Order: sequence, then structure tokens, then C-alpha cells
Amino acid sequence: MRGVLIDAAVAPATGTAFDPDLAWQRARSVALRPEPFGALVYHFGTRKLSFLKSKTLVRVVETLADHPSATATLAACDVPEAQRATYVRALADLARSQMIERRTEGPPA
Amino acid sequence: MPETTQDEIQTETPVVAEEALVEESLVEEVSIDGMCGVY
Amino acid sequence: MTAVLPSRPVRRPTGGRLIDQFEYGLDAPICLTWELTYACNLACVHCLSSSGRRDPRELTTVQAEAVIDELQRMQVFYVNIGGGEPTVRPDFWHLLDYAVGHDVGVKFSTNGIKLDEARARQLARTDYVDVQISLDGATAEVNDAVRGTGSFATATRALENLAEAGMKDVKVSVVVTRENVSQLDDFKALTDSVGAQLRITRFRPSGRGADVWDRLHPTQAQQRELYSWLLANGDDVLTGDSFFHLSAFGEALPGLNLCGAGRVVCLIDPVGDVYACPFAIHEDFLAGNVLGDGGFQRVWQGSELFADLRNPQTGGACTQCQHFDSCRGGCMAAKFFTGLPLDGPDPECVQGYGETALAARDLALVTPRSHLDHSHKGPVRGQPTLLGMPSIPPAKLCDESPLAGLDLR
Repeated sequence: MRGVLIDAAVAPATGTAFDPDLAWQRARSVALRPEPFGALVYHFGTRKLSFLKSKTLVRVVETLADHPSATATLAACDVPEAQRATYVRALADLARSQMIERRTEGPPA
Repeated sequence: MPETTQDEIQTETPVVAEEALVEESLVEEVSIDGMCGVY
Repeated sequence: MTAVLPSRPVRRPTGGRLIDQFEYGLDAPICLTWELTYACNLACVHCLSSSGRRDPRELTTVQAEAVIDELQRMQVFYVNIGGGEPTVRPDFWHLLDYAVGHDVGVKFSTNGIKLDEARARQLARTDYVDVQISLDGATAEVNDAVRGTGSFATATRALENLAEAGMKDVKVSVVVTRENVSQLDDFKALTDSVGAQLRITRFRPSGRGADVWDRLHPTQAQQRELYSWLLANGDDVLTGDSFFHLSAFGEALPGLNLCGAGRVVCLIDPVGDVYACPFAIHEDFLAGNVLGDGGFQRVWQGSELFADLRNPQTGGACTQCQHFDSCRGGCMAAKFFTGLPLDGPDPECVQGYGETALAARDLALVTPRSHLDHSHKGPVRGQPTLLGMPSIPPAKLCDESPLAGLDLR
């Protein structure tokens, strides 16, 4: 369900290192469109477009909000240990471009 | 030879077997204004 | 024409660059241009869509809403609305709200004619709408020669109204010509003064542009100036990736650096026809119509034209050039409308191959013309002066010096 065109101020990038043990979510001003190769992600505030190259990464981004941390999300999406670092780097890239944001509500029960 | 795309993040990654991914990054950034054929 | 690249494998590659995916097709365009009407209050000499008079077959409000519904379903992020002058459609403001209310962001391109203070305030309160004002001279003298007397004043008034109303992210879009390339710094100063962002785009021989291309397209020397200027100043100047042919000068400019026609972008015209690109309004680039069975989605995903365009260009003189990877052979529309082969050099090839190719054209050649021409038939209030009494002497057309027109200031 899209509904991204609701008011959501563009939060400034914090500039701190990405911490995968915190709670994250897809940013509210962002639309994500699945494609055969992965997905295209568009930030309505910054006008930036990101191309996600793996379906697994798409699943991770889409389910970040359901887990207490990014690390937990990677595990839940069955990302192999050997690829965890790659995925964390990808999430860090997305955090830097504000495609994902810190989730402030508590983790789900 | 591949051209470098704007903002392509180059990182070192071990070669992974699944999905035959051999590139360095799973994310590529482009600007919505950075494609030819729009006003 | 022999193929030098292997035919495309059936399976889409995993990972790699985004552009590698294009030949297999995206489910929806990343961005598209939608010309809402061919009607326009102006008669700019270089109009890419030969606009002026409304087409009687223009989509109705209901049909336009159906297009927006479809764009929403396809999850198109953003649509660039233009024309003609889109705001002269009485339902423009309704369609704007309709798009935004259906998850489709809008940028609309206008000459500013309808942007009075009230509309400016309305726009400033509307999220997910960008405004782009067209301007082709940093002074009325240069601008009005191509866009018509009074058009500079109209545009600047609109910019002032928008600034006054607190509108964010306003863009000023400039088509770079022989006459205004010396004003790039002045354009930047103008946009800075109204809090807007400068966007410069390439002049193509499309629409009425074909008639003035020889006269108005930048010289080789000016292209080099332009390229240098972009490298030095381009950080917050947009280009719509329209100068990727200049990348053959050296360092690549920002953007995907390739032709997006039928791959990431396309045009929906006022009667619902879908073309590969707004600069290619010609039957050869017509992919279908949104009113057909399957609507826009069927055209985007299934048309033969788009499938052909998505296949990488094989063979041709350009692939032998060491600069091919940078310029990708340049602009399809520029080649087409100057009567050059699509697998050969761009007419403005920075290595000079385009000029050679132009000179080698058959003298009897009639360059392709669109089947459509909605130009005003009679005189228009505020007629451009370029073709009549130019206020700036034209560059000498037959000057062979590579320094012709070079401003050494």
C-alpha cells in the first residue's frame, strides 16, 4: 500500500555511522517499486532514485519495520552469513541517502 | 568497459555464490533528473 | 550493418549496473513526460512539439484521469507535465490535484502565463508538485527573440510570485543555443536571485527546432565552453542528462549518460499517443496509444518499438570510436531529424564526426518531418523576432573557423 504522499518532513542525514543493531524502517517519503531485478526506490523529498539489485535486499528493506533491528531483519530474511557485511553496507548506503530511517517507536512485541 | 555511474558506491566485497552477485554494491544511486528524454 | 556485439542472452543479469537492466525492460518508466495539450499562448521558434493550436482529439478530463489511475497502478513515481502550455487547459489544476492525490508526483513545465500570486500561493501549499519555468535568455533581448516579446517578463513575474509565496525547489529550464551560451553565469545569477534552481538542456532539431537548428545550435567551440562550465559549476545545475554527448570530451557528466527513449522514459502526447521521447514526435517513434486495449501499460511493456529500442545498438561506425563508451553515439532524435543514420555519429559529435556526416548528406535530402504540426497559423501576440528582425546579428553560417562565436572574455 503506497500512500507515501502524506506529509513527512525530510529528516536531515545524521552523518553518524550506520548501526544495524538499532531499529530501522523504510523512510516515509519513499516509494518502492518492485522490478524483476530487485526494486527502484524513489525519495520524494530529495528526488534521489536508488536501484536495489537483489530481491532479498528488497525483502529486507520492506520488513525492517517488523523487526527490532536491521541485524534481526537480515536473519529473518535468511541472508547467508557470508553476505551479511554486503547487506549491512547496502543498508548503510540507503541510510546515507535517507531511503531508510531510524524507527523511533519500540520494537514489535 | 563499464562506465562509472554517478554515485556508484564502490566497496570491496568477497565473491558470493548466491545469485551470482559479483559486483561491489547492492545499491546504485541515480538522480531522477539524470535521465535523458524528459522535460 | 554488421553486429559487433553478441545478441542479448535471454536471462536478465543479476546485479550489475542499472543500465544493464534496460534492455530487458523496466515494468514502468522511471519518469515520463506527458504533454497535456498542444495549445499554447506562445509560438517559440524552436518548440520541440510544434505547439500552438489545440488538437481536437485531445484527451478529455475523464480520459486524463484514467491515465493517472494507470500511472498510479504502475507505481510511476513522477510525471513531467508539459505541452504546449499545460496551464491553458481549464482542467489543469484539477488534474494536478488528482495526480498528487493518487500517489503520482508532478513536475510541470510552463512559460508562467497563469502563475499569478494566487496560483503561486496555491502551489506553495501543494506537496509533491515541482514547477519549472521555461526561459531561453538571461535578458529580455535574448529570450524574447526566440520566445516572443513579453515572454521574459511573464516568466520573471511568475518566478517572483513563486518566490514571494515561498514556493520551494522552483526550476528554471533553459534550452542552450548559440545565442545564450555566453549567458550561463547570468542564468545562474538570475536563478540565485529568485531562489530557484537552474536547469539547462540540449537544443534538438525536433518540431520547429528543425527549422532553426542550423542557426541556433551551439558551435563546436561553444560546446567545449559549455562542457567546461558544467564541470566547473554543475554541482547544483540540473541537465536532465541531456548533454551526455559531451562526455566524450573527457570526464563523464552526472547522469545515466545514455539515451533514455523507450527504456526509462517516454512521452504521452495530448491525444494519448505514446512516443519514445518528447524529442521524437514522429511516426517512426510512435509505440501505441493509451486509449488502446491494455492502456499505457500494454504499450510500455509490450510494444515492438520499445523492445527494439531496449536492445543495445549493434554495429555502426560509432562503436569503432574510442569515445563510444562515453557518448554512446549521442542523441537518437538529433540524428534522426538531421537525416543522419541512427548508428552513426551525433550531428554535434564532439570529435567532429557529426559535421563530416552532415556534410556528406545527399544535397537533395529532405530531412524527416513529423506528421504533426500544431503551430499557430497566423501571427501571435508577442511574436518571436528571431526569424524576422533579429536583435542580435546571427553568427556567420559559413564561417569555417573553429573559433567562430567563441567568447574570449
